[in-house]
Amino acid sequence: MADLNELKYTYSLRLGDDAWILSHRLSEWCSNGPFLEEDLALTNLALDLIGRAQGFYKYAAELEGKGKTEDDLAYRRNERQYFNHLLVEMPNGNFADTIARQLYVSVFEYYFFNELKNSSDETFAALAAKTLKEVKYHMAHAVDWTIRLGDGTEESHWKMQRALDSLWMYTGELFEMDEVDNELLQQCIAVDVIALKAKWQEHIERVLKQATLKQAEDAYMQTGSRKGIHTEHLGHMLGDMQYLQRAYPDAKW
Amino acid sequence: MTTDSQLDLWEVFIQSRNGSHHIHAGSVHASDRKMALQNARDIYTRRGEGTSIWVVPANAIAASNPDDADMFFDPADDKVYRHPTFYTMPEGAKQI
Repeated sequence: MADLNELKYTYSLRLGDDAWILSHRLSEWCSNGPFLEEDLALTNLALDLIGRAQGFYKYAAELEGKGKTEDDLAYRRNERQYFNHLLVEMPNGNFADTIARQLYVSVFEYYFFNELKNSSDETFAALAAKTLKEVKYHMAHAVDWTIRLGDGTEESHWKMQRALDSLWMYTGELFEMDEVDNELLQQCIAVDVIALKAKWQEHIERVLKQATLKQAEDAYMQTGSRKGIHTEHLGHMLGDMQYLQRAYPDAKW
Repeated sequence: MTTDSQLDLWEVFIQSRNGSHHIHAGSVHASDRKMALQNARDIYTRRGEGTSIWVVPANAIAASNPDDADMFFDPADDKVYRHPTFYTMPEGAKQI
């Protein structure tokens, strides 16, 4: 495996993991949504994310060249081999917690895929262009709900504020660059996420202002996922997600 | 208007392709028109059913009363000449 392929493999895997883990979190709302329509809305987002994960895993498997499928990558790795951001593995909590997570993630993804669509790597560019359409909707959904809950009742306001504050420490990771990002950035393949931070922050501020909410105060930022170090939540999730493949390898429907 | 704990009721109309009519698809619950559109999109167009959506508050629809059916609809029964079946169809006309 050539060096560049190895870097692209890691990059694709990370993007797949972000989509895959968030997808599972959102799918946990299935039959638990606050009302029928929202139940469907959240699981719809989950389905978009599964499609996205499939695309990036497939490309990763291709780059790796060991004859693996997207399913092998999704189901047959251990916790330390996952590279999703900590933010997407955070539990659903109440509806406001989920919306706060969606807001932070989808505003970031909006700017991220807007850049990745100009990648010099054709596959990344094509996957990003397709994803961007979906992310625009995810962002609209999260923004609308943030405003409704923030500018809603006293209870919805404080729940939304608490959710935004408690997830804040997981947002720092979104703007970290390591050697994989930097090397691929030099080839115009990867996105310079550090450059996205100001836009992201300004966008979030604008939404929160409209929602009569306050921007969380800067504090210690959690980190680790790019090295495979996760919160205690991921292991439990993988237990659920991988049960079938572990118990009955190669099971067919 | 009937409200319940599930927010207000909206009727959903979907256009399946450009140029065709919007056809009633069903209803959704939502608190405002934006949410109604998004919910309708998630429920009725997930499998590529639509190119355009209208949502209308259910309470904005004036509906005919079933008791008036005699007066409204029966007089049309014996007016066969109102159908354009006495004309020869021009060649190439598809939607009459």
